[in-house]
Amino acid sequence: MTVTLWLPGDSAAASVGADAVAAALLNEAASRGLELRLRRNGSRGLFWLEPLLEVETPAGRIAYGPVAADDVPGLLDRGLLEGAGHPLCQGPTEEIPYLKDQERLTFARVGVIEPLDLAGYEAQGGLAGLRRALALTPAEIVDAVTDSGLRGRGGAGFPAGIKWRTVLEQPAGPDGGSKYVCCNADEGDSGTFADRLLIEGDPFLLIEGLAIAGLATGAGQGFVYLRSEYPRAIEVLKRAICVMEQAGWLGDDLGGSGRTFRLEVRRGAGAYICGEESAMLESLEGRRGTVRAKPPIPAVAGLFGRPTLVNNVLTLAAVPTILARGAAFYRDFGQGRSRGTQAFQLAGNVRRGGLVEKAFGVSLRALIEDFGGGTASGRPFRAAQLGGPLGAYVGAAQLDTAMDYESVAAAGGLLGHGGIVVFDDTVDMARMARFAFEFCEIESCGKCTPCRIGAVRGKEALERILGDRDLARNLALVEELCELMADGSLCAMGGLTPMPVLSALRLFPEDFGRAPAAAAE
Amino acid sequence: MQADGATPADSLDTAVLRALCARHGDAPERLIEILHDLQELAGHVPEAALPVIAEALNLGRAEVHGVASFYHDFRRAPAGPVVVRLCRAEACQARGALALIDEALEQRGAALGETAADGVTLEAVYCLGNCALGPAGTVNGRLHGRLGADRLERLVAEAFAEEEAR
Ligand SMILES: Cc1cc2nc3c(=O)[nH]c(=O)nc-3n(C[C@H](O)[C@H](O)[C@H](O)COP(=O)(O)O)c2cc1C
Ligand code: SF4
Ligand code: FES
Repeated sequence: MTVTLWLPGDSAAASVGADAVAAALLNEAASRGLELRLRRNGSRGLFWLEPLLEVETPAGRIAYGPVAADDVPGLLDRGLLEGAGHPLCQGPTEEIPYLKDQERLTFARVGVIEPLDLAGYEAQGGLAGLRRALALTPAEIVDAVTDSGLRGRGGAGFPAGIKWRTVLEQPAGPDGGSKYVCCNADEGDSGTFADRLLIEGDPFLLIEGLAIAGLATGAGQGFVYLRSEYPRAIEVLKRAICVMEQAGWLGDDLGGSGRTFRLEVRRGAGAYICGEESAMLESLEGRRGTVRAKPPIPAVAGLFGRPTLVNNVLTLAAVPTILARGAAFYRDFGQGRSRGTQAFQLAGNVRRGGLVEKAFGVSLRALIEDFGGGTASGRPFRAAQLGGPLGAYVGAAQLDTAMDYESVAAAGGLLGHGGIVVFDDTVDMARMARFAFEFCEIESCGKCTPCRIGAVRGKEALERILGDRDLARNLALVEELCELMADGSLCAMGGLTPMPVLSALRLFPEDFGRAPAAAAE
Repeated sequence: MQADGATPADSLDTAVLRALCARHGDAPERLIEILHDLQELAGHVPEAALPVIAEALNLGRAEVHGVASFYHDFRRAPAGPVVVRLCRAEACQARGALALIDEALEQRGAALGETAADGVTLEAVYCLGNCALGPAGTVNGRLHGRLGADRLERLVAEAFAEEEAR
């Protein structure tokens, strides 16, 4: 009997040797005359176990990891194909606590199916949302999105339904001109990889979400702005678009409805600022990624001046679930004004790094300690940066913060795109503050002075602080520059760079040559 | 490898460039895609190619120049046969990326962005989406995680061997 094995084709898994494991498996199987079928799934997002090899058994899929190519002969000797015990054996995949304790809605199929297997996608509930949407009016689709409480997952947390309605209500234009849907897949935040994981592992879900957005807003053309740092994701998504076109779920007659929706992938070119929506639109028009002044908002005048819906990958990927299972089903996850699930991403110095999809409201401590298992180095936890390079640092005293938009904001931070970067006690927070300014200097679009100049001056001031020169004066200068940047910047690049800087300074003054903060609580 | 000043890209035929633009329908909004294709072909974006592209897309030279210089991806000078890009964003820093970068540079006596005597071009990059498996980096475009100095040097050696075999 042929045994089926699963091994991720995901780029993170490949980055630690998955392709070499695949080659070793096929070689060994050939030389031993074993019949096995190797299927390449996405990654489950349990990265500390990658490469994670699964074997199908009558009792379900059994996981082994992290597997190196050298482990393959030994694994086969000891009964890998029967799912037998081995030091690398993690037991049934779905029973691994890290996975079992999640609430996977958006990521339900990632790591389970082959990313380009449309039949497999459908068998696991795919296309149900799009089919439902085809039976609704645009206004009814927008109502469902509104009722679900879905908010933008790209960082700002803006209610998705309001944005969709605005685009829907814009006239198509005298020439019947188009509206656009643009998916923001620039994912530039350090500590985030959920967009990539989803696109590589379940690209049809994003395409389905985009098609529903097209139906809801009256847009005939969609673009996915995908960062060039993700070549596998670009390739997988392009191939997935071809599959969906051939199956009639994209193109001139979407699902037999007579409606048109086309989709195109565009590569970014290594500019963080192009994640900002108006800079992204400039880039999609082939120009430098400089930020546009608002108003007008993109929903009114976006790509080529046309009404444009801009949403993050995970915002769009949540929509098929909302349509298929109902707005109430989705809204029942989460708390307060943070509804549904969030893809938390554990990164940096954490023992079990990976993707944790959970309803909003889980505590930061549960994420870092229970899921993450504390620091990778085994040293004491000192700080975590939440929500990317423009997000705040928090310390041990903030670990009981509930992870929803409001609670994190009340704790002085940002949930952002859900990234959590963990640092142990060797981190020098003054260096991290310096880096925040440096990053802003490198990535600023240059349009406004507070950001362009403030970042450089701030970095210089921190260098003097690190060199123990003129502490009081330079610390005052940093505070002043932060105020200037927060108040006078055109966009959140300059406007939020003060957040990591000031949070580091407030929580860890001893790293800046000041007296330690009074221990909180 | 190549004579002073004369890069293979400088000899890129105008016809080749025009064909490249034509493949994108000579559409100005496709400029970034065109520059990507050009870099894949030539290893960098040569100055001499920009006026040809500007003409094909009916854009000003200054505009094309502005785009090519805005985006970090576009290399304006040829790189060495092996390009190493190491992530220096926060999550990789938390795993010791800066020390890894310093060591790789020091060993070669080069600075970020330069091509060292051994033919390795070392560049900084800010997040490769591999933040749970840092330090992360790419060697000739291939992504690697859990990098340490030894593993990095082994990967570099393999990349040179692959280049030789071509
Ligand atoms: C400097 C900067 C970088 C950003 N980067 C991203 C990004 O990589 N991906 C993203 O979806 N949104 C990013 N955003 C937020 C977008 O501007 C925008 O709010 C978002 O794409 C809207 O989609 P959503 O409502 O679905 O979140 C960024 C914003 C700023 C200011
Ligand atoms: S704040 Fe910075 S990135 Fe934003 S518009 Fe101003 S210069 Fe550009
Ligand atoms: S921070 Fe280095 S890969 Fe994301």
